[in-house]
Amino acid sequence: MATVTEQENIKVIVFQLEDKEYAIPVTNVQGIERLMHITRVPRTEKYVKGVINLRGVVTPIIDLRERFGLPPVEQNDSVRIIIIQLDDMEVGFVVDSANDVIDIPVSSIEPQPEVVGIKEEAFISGVSKIDNRLLILLHLDKILNLSE
Amino acid sequence: MEMNQQYLDMFIEESKEHLQSCSDNLLVLENNPEDLSIVNEIFRSAHTLKGMAATMGFEDLADLTHKMENVLDAIRNEKIPVNSNLLDIVFESVDHLEAMIMDVAEGGDGKRDVSETVAKLKAIEAGELIPSQTQSQNEVAADVATEEPTIVRNLIYDEYDITVFEQSKEQGFNVFEITISLRPDCLLKAARVYMVFEVLEKNGEVLKSFPTVEKLEDEQFDQSFQVTFITKDSAEDIQKKINKVSEIDRVEVVPLTKEMIKNSSKEGLVSNEQEEQTTQQVVSQSPKATEKKANVQKDKNASKQSSHTKTIRVSIERLDILMNLFEELVTDRGRLQSIATELNHSELSETVERMSRTMGDLQNIVLTMRMIPVETVFNRFPKMVRSLSRDLNKKITLNIIGAETELDRTVIDEIGDPLVHLIRNSVDHGIESPEVRRANGKPEEGTVVLRAYHSGNHVFIEIEDDGAGINKEKVLNKAIAKGVVTPEAASMLTDKQINELILESGFSTAEKVTDVSGRGVGLDVVKTTIQSLGGSISIESQEGIGSKFSIQLPLTLSIISVMLVEIEEEIYAVPLSSIIETSIIKKSDILNAHNQKVIDFRGKVVPLIFLDEVFEVPRTEEIDDEFLSIVIVRKGDNLAGLVVDSFIGQQEIVLKSLGNYLKNIFAISGATILGNGKVALIVDVNALMK
Repeated sequence: MATVTEQENIKVIVFQLEDKEYAIPVTNVQGIERLMHITRVPRTEKYVKGVINLRGVVTPIIDLRERFGLPPVEQNDSVRIIIIQLDDMEVGFVVDSANDVIDIPVSSIEPQPEVVGIKEEAFISGVSKIDNRLLILLHLDKILNLSE
Repeated sequence: MEMNQQYLDMFIEESKEHLQSCSDNLLVLENNPEDLSIVNEIFRSAHTLKGMAATMGFEDLADLTHKMENVLDAIRNEKIPVNSNLLDIVFESVDHLEAMIMDVAEGGDGKRDVSETVAKLKAIEAGELIPSQTQSQNEVAADVATEEPTIVRNLIYDEYDITVFEQSKEQGFNVFEITISLRPDCLLKAARVYMVFEVLEKNGEVLKSFPTVEKLEDEQFDQSFQVTFITKDSAEDIQKKINKVSEIDRVEVVPLTKEMIKNSSKEGLVSNEQEEQTTQQVVSQSPKATEKKANVQKDKNASKQSSHTKTIRVSIERLDILMNLFEELVTDRGRLQSIATELNHSELSETVERMSRTMGDLQNIVLTMRMIPVETVFNRFPKMVRSLSRDLNKKITLNIIGAETELDRTVIDEIGDPLVHLIRNSVDHGIESPEVRRANGKPEEGTVVLRAYHSGNHVFIEIEDDGAGINKEKVLNKAIAKGVVTPEAASMLTDKQINELILESGFSTAEKVTDVSGRGVGLDVVKTTIQSLGGSISIESQEGIGSKFSIQLPLTLSIISVMLVEIEEEIYAVPLSSIIETSIIKKSDILNAHNQKVIDFRGKVVPLIFLDEVFEVPRTEEIDDEFLSIVIVRKGDNLAGLVVDSFIGQQEIVLKSLGNYLKNIFAISGATILGNGKVALIVDVNALMK
């Protein structure tokens, strides 16, 4: 991090899961969709909810709650699907809500704190503290890694 | 070098065509070294190529072509005889030329070190490397030529015809020249011609006609035409049979004699068509009269074939875009259909109905536009087999049948490599060496047949050889040793299943690894590729007699017909191509055999596959229906019954992939978007029936 200057910011999409806020760089985000009909795909990992018809493209959907080992919630109006693009893959993440697009200074990103025992730990690439908000930055490729 | 991309593209395309025609003709020439008209064909292709290359500024290309042209020129002027060694070098030049064109196509400058080949070409041209045997059968024909023009006969015979004539005579056939005159008031001349030909073809074989068949079909003749006809029937019988066709004025049947042939093979062209005379001048510089005839005749045929349909070149990308747009439309049509049914609005339904019909036609056109003859894949094989057989010291002829069979471009793109594998396999492992073949009482020369044909909604490609066949014992032992099958399972296998073991991964029968095939990878890749195309492969083989690999491929990959079925809330699509029929059975009809539920279906024991269990469909409540809905599906010769909740109906759908994230999902080959906008998964029947 030493080479990065104070001024540099990255733009992130902030979304909520349970009581925490997470951030994904906008460069990886294709769009945010309301919840729509998801077709279950049999014999896949439990966190793979299925596939949706995203304007003619069949797109797989991952339930981030399930992926992070969080308990499921009642579906409500604020639930969103964030469409992520990583390399040649396009997938959607189901999140509780997507609230914000903000700039965070790169310098504010710290390595993940040593918390123990939660499954999501493996997917965290760092945290950023901005005006009393704690944003958790995610390792997209680790979330998508099927072999885990 | 400033160059217009458009011209460059055109140059590359045309060069490829000319090179292909060079290779094709060289192969023909190898089998008929005396037929100098073929040399002329090659010479012309090479000459055009040289001109184009020089214009475009590819000097190396032009230079090599020029050297090759010199050799060809010497051949056609009979300074050098044709033999395999010479052809090897010409082939080598063509290979270099191909490589240069490829380089140009990829943005290179087409430069390549060809000095070795050029040196060889020069050596040939200078008369080195020439074996002494020079012979020409043409002189014989020329000697017998005398000046005796006949008046009414228009048929002209070339050497090929004369050979056929002589052979037919030897085999006890009659050869007649038949002159048929139609009534002056005959309206449908082409139809009468067709009927006459039909009569003739039932009773024998038409060798030749004047005017040519194409012209006859286009009604480009007056009242009469002539055919040369080979038959076992007598002249009177033929006359009577043809007279049965209505609107025929007169039929004259004259037995064809040697003298008549000689006369007409040397007499000048009776026809005064401009086209023919000019071609004659351009084409033949050869001194022998018979050859002139042969050349003109061939040339005429060639130009006739190509002049019939007008075509334009459209880039494949544009066709792909068209296809994508059309797929969108298919999805929307489905949506409109379901809306129309919901609203129950008669005018809307009618319009949707009409639109569907138009779209059906449109779909046919779009699909056929993307169809390419398999020839584009097949045409590289003769050369490949030739060089392989020379490398392996085997004598092999490759027969290609049905090269005009058309397949979707996407399939064509994928099928090349598997075919290369299979042909190499046949050449390397199938056909034995000449010594072994002789010892086994077979002709020294082995035959590989490559056959393509349409059947129903599928295209079949077969590779058949008359080689050693598959040694079942060896295959079994090896399969057991490699752990492909267990010894217990092996004893249960049918002959066909044993043959197909060689397609399993981890299996390779070649005892020694050769360059040609067999590195342990290979045939299993073939199987995987073909299955990924939605096709299947099977093997028939008899030891000592030969093997046949049959590949079954779908006509197209993008739009398929499916049966939609429902399980609880979920909709699945089963491709119609694997469905035999649907049926509803009583629960009490289910039998148990080895822990497997089966039914008796038309006297056959058919295992049941409960899709809700396979796909782990969440059930809200246990269903306890007295009747079960079953889709009977097929994989090869095996049947199975897929148990579903209910049938929805048949529909055309657009095949979509599940994306890169979800790969290798068990028993799901893809997805599609239904009329209501939801995604339905496509069941992979092949995987279910493993």
